[in-house]
Amino acid sequence: MKLLEVRDLQVHFETDKGVNRAVDGLSFSIDTGEALAIVGESGCGKSVTSMSVLRLLPTPPGKIAGDIRFRGEDLSTKSEREMRRLRGGEISMIFQEPMSSLNPVYTIGRQISEAVRLHTGANTRAARKRAIEVLILVGIPSPEKRVDEYPHRLSGGMRQRAMIAMALACNPALLIADEPTTALDVTIQAQILDLLRDLRKRTNTAILLITHDLGVVAEFAERVMVMYAGRKVEEANVADLFAHPRHPYTQGLMDAVPKLGQVRSGKMSKALAEIPGRVPDLTQAFEGCVFAPRCPRAEDVCTHLDPGLEEKADGHFAACHFAPKEAARDKA
Amino acid sequence: MTKPEGSETSHPLVELRDLVKYFPIHGGLLGRQVGAVKAVDGVSFEVNAGETLSLVGESGCGKSTVGRCVARLLDLTSGELRLDGERIDGLPQSNLKPFRKRLNIVFQDPFSSLNPRMNVEALISEPLRSHGIVPGRAERRARVAQLLDTVGLSADIMDRMPHQFSGGQRQRICIARALSSEPDFIVCDEAVSALDVSVQAQIINLLMRLQADLGLAILFISHDLAVVEHLSDRVAVMYLGRIMEIADRDQLFAAPAHPYTKALLSAVPLPDPSVRQKRVILKGEVPSPIDPPSGCPFRTRCPIANDICAQIRPELVEHTPGQSVACHFPG
Repeated sequence: MKLLEVRDLQVHFETDKGVNRAVDGLSFSIDTGEALAIVGESGCGKSVTSMSVLRLLPTPPGKIAGDIRFRGEDLSTKSEREMRRLRGGEISMIFQEPMSSLNPVYTIGRQISEAVRLHTGANTRAARKRAIEVLILVGIPSPEKRVDEYPHRLSGGMRQRAMIAMALACNPALLIADEPTTALDVTIQAQILDLLRDLRKRTNTAILLITHDLGVVAEFAERVMVMYAGRKVEEANVADLFAHPRHPYTQGLMDAVPKLGQVRSGKMSKALAEIPGRVPDLTQAFEGCVFAPRCPRAEDVCTHLDPGLEEKADGHFAACHFAPKEAARDKA
Repeated sequence: MTKPEGSETSHPLVELRDLVKYFPIHGGLLGRQVGAVKAVDGVSFEVNAGETLSLVGESGCGKSTVGRCVARLLDLTSGELRLDGERIDGLPQSNLKPFRKRLNIVFQDPFSSLNPRMNVEALISEPLRSHGIVPGRAERRARVAQLLDTVGLSADIMDRMPHQFSGGQRQRICIARALSSEPDFIVCDEAVSALDVSVQAQIINLLMRLQADLGLAILFISHDLAVVEHLSDRVAVMYLGRIMEIADRDQLFAAPAHPYTKALLSAVPLPDPSVRQKRVILKGEVPSPIDPPSGCPFRTRCPIANDICAQIRPELVEHTPGQSVACHFPG
């Protein structure tokens, strides 16, 4: 049994312009202890996906359909009370902006121990002890002092550590990290990614990482899902995806980012590859492949036939009529 | 190199000497000055015509403050700023106008840097009118159309409002506006940071093409080292208000000499899972610019710091030709 299994997820929003299909028929799963990354550009539905797993989306205007199972249990049948028990307990989440996700009027310690008391029924003293323990775990210096400080006293990197500490306080089985390092400087990002990697190893927590940064994906994930316009266009293990991207969108993304080390490798590119056009308006109905209007390889068939996700090689899925099958694989 | 009508001696297009910018902190009952944020503390560099100099560093290192001082949007606490050999640091805003034409800035956020109540034509033609470059309205309209074409937008969007555009299109409009007075120098302050990668690639390509076509000099301020490597001629690495290392692009990326530059480069996650770089993880965080450490500003996080670093601040000196480093133990 998978830890988390999502089948045919549909998240739609009622807007003035019509129904926005933010997520349209998304399926994925994550195993115990696994690191899965969802990557894509703004508006591809990656954050909405993570929010709907925890039922954090306001409905209405949102409408969630599909099957979301955690340890085999259907989350849609759970009451709000049961969901609250799950959130911050078995499944917890960290967000991009630690300042707006911490309550400014409570101390760090109180916010962490609140979660501990609610989920484990521990008394105030034990909860405080646990708060200090997790602050140590995430590498915050002088935790006995920090535990009584307010969020504004901490720097961005320290706040993100405090958020992670809070998320880990109840030993979650699944941690959803939505752009956890996007607001941080590179040297701090390196510290936080290191910390998450280390924690995953020690606590065997599965991590669902949501990011737009291919570098972070390559460093951190075992398996990757690429999303475009509310759909999964490709999925593979990380080495396979970067070595042989099969969907033109994935290839476009990879060619569009300048890669550090061009000087050293002597591979200085003149111009970056561009993906022409822009993301489609998701309130409009369309036929065929979502990426066809921007795709360099699109042909007639693409404009009227949805390619659907197909296994192109062992464990490597892509939604493209022209993605090469197994043959393209040249294993070194 | 320099403008033909300039003086005989060749001088850089933009020259900055010992820029210091302190922001006073007021406190207490009487609101007296109780300290200062030493945002920039002695930065010098020059930018030659047609060249891209990048300023990199983490948040709070002072790179944007440098950009704003160079564009004369902030007054300098001290230091000298020359444009084409002429000092413009002390000029009052009223006398700056002829220089404003030649020097422009593009900001990070294309949503807040365009007036939402002005249409595209008004936005781009304002500098043309204000500087008296193109007097007639019809001619201005023609010039706006031409500028839009230069940045890859079609002329029939002229009557639309900023909210009708995507982030990438807005950034193109900002660039068209910055180009309208035909400047020879542009400051790009994190101009591509807020954009999605596919759009970012378009804007980077546009900037590089414009530079090649128009011979623009660019001060490119960014925290993204991969982007900086892609488009710079020279690179300056800043930390806590000072330049730690300044070098030709190839030297800086192939053989960084300052421990901070090395740590910064090693911290960037590479989009290639088959490469595992040896990472220098810096301990701790950037100290406060209100009360910077004695000696070398980087010593509190430096893996090779030693006693002398706390006592004597290393000056920025030439390490190899084309590469200057502020470190007692470079290499």
